Amino acid sequence: MTVPVVLNVENLSVEITVPAGTLHAVSNLSLKVHQGETLCIVGESGCGKSITSLAIMNLLPSKAKLTADTMSLEGRDLLDIRESEFASLRGDRIGMIFQDPMTSLNPVFRIGEQLEEVYIQHGKGGRKEARERAEFLLEKVGIIAPAERLSQYPHQLSGGLRQRMMIAMTLMCDPAMIIADEPTTALDVTMQAQTLNLLRSLQKECNTGLVLITHDLGIVARMADRVMVMYAGRSVETGTAVEIFEKPTHPYTQGLINCIPVPGRTKPGSHLGSIRGIVPALVGDIEGCMFRNRCDHVSEECYSGEIGLNEISEGRAYRCLLSPEESLRNFKLKGAA
Amino acid sequence: MNNQSLDTTDDRADEFEVSVPSPPELMKRRAKSHIGFILGGSVVLIALLVAIFAPVLAPADPYDQDLTRRLIDPIWGAKGTWKNPLGTDALGRDYLSRIMFGSQVSLMIGFFAAAVSAIVGSCIGMIGGYFGGRIDNFIMYLINVKLALPGLLVALSLVSVFGGSIIALILILSFLFWDRYAVVTRSVTQQIRVNDYITAAQALGTSHTRIILGEILPNVMNQIIVIASLEMAVAIIIEAALSFLGLGVQPPTPSWGLLVSEGRSFMFFKPHLIVLPGMAIFLLVIAINMMGDGIRDITAPEGRN
Amino acid sequence: MAKFLIHRLYISVLVAVTVSVIAFGLLRLSGDLAAELAGEDATPEEIAVIATQYGLDKPLYVQYFNWAGNALTGDLGRSLFTNEPVTEMIFDRIGVTIKLAFFSIVIALIISIPLGVLASVYPNTWIDRTSLGLAVFGQAIPNFFFALLLILLFGVKLRWFPISGNDTFAHFIMPTMTLGIGVMPQFMRLTRTGMLDVLGSDFIRTARAKGLSPLKVLFKHALRNAILPIVSLMAVVLGFLLGGTVIIESIFALNGVGFLAFESILRQDFPVVQSIVFILSLSYILLTLSSDLINAQLDPRIRLG
Repeated sequence: MTVPVVLNVENLSVEITVPAGTLHAVSNLSLKVHQGETLCIVGESGCGKSITSLAIMNLLPSKAKLTADTMSLEGRDLLDIRESEFASLRGDRIGMIFQDPMTSLNPVFRIGEQLEEVYIQHGKGGRKEARERAEFLLEKVGIIAPAERLSQYPHQLSGGLRQRMMIAMTLMCDPAMIIADEPTTALDVTMQAQTLNLLRSLQKECNTGLVLITHDLGIVARMADRVMVMYAGRSVETGTAVEIFEKPTHPYTQGLINCIPVPGRTKPGSHLGSIRGIVPALVGDIEGCMFRNRCDHVSEECYSGEIGLNEISEGRAYRCLLSPEESLRNFKLKGAA
Repeated sequence: MNNQSLDTTDDRADEFEVSVPSPPELMKRRAKSHIGFILGGSVVLIALLVAIFAPVLAPADPYDQDLTRRLIDPIWGAKGTWKNPLGTDALGRDYLSRIMFGSQVSLMIGFFAAAVSAIVGSCIGMIGGYFGGRIDNFIMYLINVKLALPGLLVALSLVSVFGGSIIALILILSFLFWDRYAVVTRSVTQQIRVNDYITAAQALGTSHTRIILGEILPNVMNQIIVIASLEMAVAIIIEAALSFLGLGVQPPTPSWGLLVSEGRSFMFFKPHLIVLPGMAIFLLVIAINMMGDGIRDITAPEGRN
Repeated sequence: MAKFLIHRLYISVLVAVTVSVIAFGLLRLSGDLAAELAGEDATPEEIAVIATQYGLDKPLYVQYFNWAGNALTGDLGRSLFTNEPVTEMIFDRIGVTIKLAFFSIVIALIISIPLGVLASVYPNTWIDRTSLGLAVFGQAIPNFFFALLLILLFGVKLRWFPISGNDTFAHFIMPTMTLGIGVMPQFMRLTRTGMLDVLGSDFIRTARAKGLSPLKVLFKHALRNAILPIVSLMAVVLGFLLGGTVIIESIFALNGVGFLAFESILRQDFPVVQSIVFILSLSYILLTLSSDLINAQLDPRIRLG
């Protein structure tokens, strides 16, 4: 029995008009998420992760232009529907958790109101059912005395609690798909682990698809079923979590993994790996490999044409001219050095 | 470990970087493309030139009465002549000349009222924001008292006591406007006071006066200029209003507010007597406002909207 | 909340006392009031009689405490000109001024809130530009000039509204239009910037991610937050209008407090002037105090913080 695909996106591009020209924020991005599966999108800030999530939610700012070959949720096409139809899916079939829980809740309404509102908006029931559902979910996310918490205002809660409220709010209508954009970046370390565990267990329990956006490979290792590495608005490597960590094929992924200190292997006092150079500006027409100015294995061919995705197997691909064997050899050499 | 790549300089490493113009360059570019700033600035400039060269440009002496030539129509009216392009007033004085000389009063009072209140208000605000504590409490109290007083009535009372000389008007109007500068400079100073470069200056033993003038003032200057331009516009309106009520510039000095007030008795059959000076105030104030908004957009475009 | 309230009350009382001193001293700055009251050719004996009659021979602080003590019991003295009790004079006329100020704010809000919201939802479109243009117009046109233009158009040409007096509702239409247009820009700009700020905030993105309808996002989640500074501005503007109706009341011959103050300033009737300044200051203090309380009710961060 195959697990059904919940979210399917093919060749998504987002262009933003800026004073200097056209900014290619996301270029030809494809992704698939199955029921109950976690896809981690990893990359540094400005690589287009958040824009991708807003594009899927149809929440892009008006100056951003979206194009795609396919975008569907539970088999339903998302490209040709009106915004009002899209709105009826948001919060119901697809929910989103944002980075900063301190500012993501409306300061002038009670928590309860903000949770119940989604439920009522999507016609799941009246005020009473909504309240029951909210209390049920607050218990689920590990909140003691849910009834009291529901009558409080956001500023009365800590950051960790607010993010749990956000998670509960996203689950109000039992969505098929959740997008979490750096959900723990604004929390302190102890809260991060708790919140992630909670997210993972709830996702498995509800059999929800999850796209988790992060810059933290530690979170990827802990959460991901499959991984997509993004660089400069493109996907540069995809694969299962094991494949990405064991056999990273793109020089950028290798660079990221070399930045992680490994207990026992990284000697105290030694330099941690770093990727030299800066991310290119994505304005105007762009040719060749985006990573070439930071890559140690750059050749003449890297400067022109479109570098396509090399598919190794189903769901496993990388965007580089090197062969997988060559690339992996470079990685092993460096790791041994 | 990988440490060999850190020092290698690749001559193609920076090919992706975009050249960024310097801030003054950017400001010049924004100024040139800001229609409001150019339009408003030109009108203000013209008014300034008219004010300075009024004695040369004006066709007649604005105080010269000729009771045989009272209330003559302007050139587009039935009996208009080129001798008095905008006609004459109830005492036979050339209206164009009076309006041209009127720009002197408006610009002078507007400019100096804005400048004096800027100096007083900013000093008060920076002192409160910089020292904090009791000094700041006292300054907040001063601001609250000022806000509670009905400004226009206080100004009218003061004019009735001290008279409507230009200097008295400038000082009285300055009293009306200092609080806005104080409020803004105070809050900006509070924000920059905690910065490391201020602490560093204090640690070096730099005097408070030098820190305020050398480190804080340059940071609030933009805001002061923007407020000053907007307050200058308001000062011109209030001067005109006081003069209109007879408690401002005294006759026979040609102030635009006074011209409207004098023209009021004849406005039903000679509406141009109030429309011309009224429009002069309106246009000058709009122009100053546009220029002020322009300065704000040009110096701090992120503060737009 | 209780702490905030006590502090706020303490400041208010302090400001009120200061304001009463200023109001008291305002017309006394001119020096010898008794000599002025007695007239130009009064003999020293006559001046002395007048000084004793009005208590002007006593030290200033005694005069102040006498006046303040009586004021606390509601007795503000008698007018030097009509010999009527000042308290009665003011309460006879304040209704007109309150009506004027209130209707003006209502007009300003009716125009500015919808326009400000529209301008923030469609920034940099023709709606935004039109409302900005209207704001610039309202800001730049002197209210006495605008009032005269209205009289020319609606009073004389079209004969829609009466041009003087305060007998009927129709008498208030042109005065409130003038004042309303004058204060409208502040509300519009505040609504627009407030809404732009709020619309760009994270919680609005959350509300949209929840699938709420655009109207619900706008009017439930956004406006509720943007309304807070508008409440504060309403109190400030209402306070300003109570003391700022002088010109309009005198142009439209509305028998309100502003006109009374103006007349009294002209004839140096200091018991009336000081009482009006004091009462208007007190009402400003009470208005801002109540707007703070309303805001505390509307904003749980203050109420429970």
